[in-house]
Amino acid sequence: MTMVRLSELPMGQQGIIEDVDAEEHFRQRLQALGFRVGKEVRPIRQALFGGPLQVRVGSVNIMLRRNDAALIHVWAEG
Amino acid sequence: MKRIALLGMPNTGKSTFFNRLTGASARIGNWPGITVDLLGAKILLGADMVEVVDLPGLYDLHGFAEDEQVVRRFLQNNPVDLLCIILNATQIDQQLPLTLQLCRLGLPAVAVLNMADEAERLGIRFDTEVLAAGLGCPVCCVSAKYGQGFPEARETLRRVLGQRPSTDIRALQADFAADEALLAEAEKLLARSVTIPRVLEHDLTERVDRIALHPIFGIPLFFLALFLLFQAVYTLGGPLQDGMAWLLEGFRDRALAPLQTLLPGWLYGLLVEGLYDGLGTVASFVPIIVLFFLGMALVEDSGYLSRIAFLMDALMAKLGLDGRSFVMLLMGFGCNVPALMGTRVMRSRGLRRLTMLIVPFSLCSARLQVFVFLTTALFSPAHAPLVLFALYVLSFLTAFATALLFKRRLNSSEPLLIELPPYRLPTFKQVVLRAWQEVYHFLSRASRFIIAGVVMIWLLTHLPPGAVASGPDTLAGMFGAWLEPLLRPIGIDERMAVVLLFGFVAKEIVLGAMAVIYGLEGDALAQLMTQHMDWVQAFSFMLFTLLYTPCLSTVATLRSESKSLAFTGFSIVWSLGLAWLLSFLFYQGARLLGF
Repeated sequence: MTMVRLSELPMGQQGIIEDVDAEEHFRQRLQALGFRVGKEVRPIRQALFGGPLQVRVGSVNIMLRRNDAALIHVWAEG
Repeated sequence: MKRIALLGMPNTGKSTFFNRLTGASARIGNWPGITVDLLGAKILLGADMVEVVDLPGLYDLHGFAEDEQVVRRFLQNNPVDLLCIILNATQIDQQLPLTLQLCRLGLPAVAVLNMADEAERLGIRFDTEVLAAGLGCPVCCVSAKYGQGFPEARETLRRVLGQRPSTDIRALQADFAADEALLAEAEKLLARSVTIPRVLEHDLTERVDRIALHPIFGIPLFFLALFLLFQAVYTLGGPLQDGMAWLLEGFRDRALAPLQTLLPGWLYGLLVEGLYDGLGTVASFVPIIVLFFLGMALVEDSGYLSRIAFLMDALMAKLGLDGRSFVMLLMGFGCNVPALMGTRVMRSRGLRRLTMLIVPFSLCSARLQVFVFLTTALFSPAHAPLVLFALYVLSFLTAFATALLFKRRLNSSEPLLIELPPYRLPTFKQVVLRAWQEVYHFLSRASRFIIAGVVMIWLLTHLPPGAVASGPDTLAGMFGAWLEPLLRPIGIDERMAVVLLFGFVAKEIVLGAMAVIYGLEGDALAQLMTQHMDWVQAFSFMLFTLLYTPCLSTVATLRSESKSLAFTGFSIVWSLGLAWLLSFLFYQGARLLGF
């Protein structure tokens, strides 16, 4: 298990959220959408030209930008 | 009167539930943030009249986006007798914390698990009794879209509303510091009451996304789909429009022409040549508007809008915007007003203002009528759809250029977080209802603006008495003469100048105004236009119409949404200036090249 940022997690690989390092409002919104400590996340794909990531967390698909995904620290398997 | 408030996360189907409960027709779509304002309706529940209020979605009660504040303000200032909490049953794990938060407000509540049919297909099983005990309120499973479980839900609402006396809302001001404990409790309750399969795949959605969000083909596919949509509207709508025009002309010849001998000349002129011709020319476009909105409703309800935000975000970020701004441009294709209101989901002032600055360049359905008429009249059938598509491209390009120019003044660093909901097919009824609403909206605008506008233009082109109709001695002729030095360099003559003057009020008037000024309608008007304008002038006119102030409603919305007179004024000046400049460059350029 290694700790990486969600933005660095390879596509399709699962991670477990360890920490959400965002300012208060954004952290609340992330939490409301399911980004909570201990939850499993998996990046599905990335849009062209350094566009946003599609991330699956629980049963929900969320798009967020890479720099915002970098605020989420996850344990990567392997 | 008792009051029920519908609450829940964005895109859980609150408005669909509201429509089914009240028989109203709130606008719905598969995009988080369709409802940005309060909507109320009164219904008979049991023996009592009850007011039902549909609130915008919120992620949590601490949210700071403007639409979330609308909810908080409402709850703080209005007594509510029952909270009806709508959950998306397929995402209950994500939505339970908010539900607990709302249940803790101490108001009588009912939790409605919406999209229960979809959840069932995904293999999610609920123990509603455990859930109800944990939440401390009754739980119902429904499909608001198809109506399953609805009578029971209605009955539950009635029962809970009858049980308890009205509660004071002040409990709401209580603090929610215990968020972490709440989350832990939600997890525990979830584990006890809900079974979710390990791998939850919206199989079809994932397969469609593999194509729709393809890293290389995603964006070209989107523009192809857009092109095909407009092509379909054009090819299907053309014959329908001809049929409508034929009917209107037939009615004029058979029923109205005989009146000529009965009525005084001026009254016949005002009623038939003014009002009927003006309105008829506009009314013949109703079929195209209906088709266009059928297409828009399909796109909005399918869930594709979020994908477009995903695809376009990288490009929009370079312009100081985000994917949602592009979606608002697309919504603006229908009407700029709801698109401007849709920017309320943006929290950053800079981002919101920049988006509001570009939305008026979005080629709305009222402008579409004008362009369909002129392109059909002045271009060959093979070229006309391409010219129309070029106008859409120009609409995007001017919006992008505007953003690029002003992004430094209106900068923002708002994080972007949007759900990509599963693809859903709208029901036939939903699509038809939506199209009907748009026609209704169109007709009510017609009654307000077009009739008054057309009558006014008829008066301007016929007064003072004795002047040759639409001649240089009439009031319209004088206005035209004043505007001429300004508009001559962009190829617009004094008659069309008057048309543009009225187009400022609403673009729906433009065709009616042309009909009255030239004293003809339908095909005859189109014929005449070819003698008065060549294609360079027509395109310059369309360019100007595309870019200058869309209509007074848009101006009023800009003002009320930005709460700034200076910003509204700037937006008007900028779009007028840009319209003139680009039309000037095009017209003079084309003439220089010998066209």
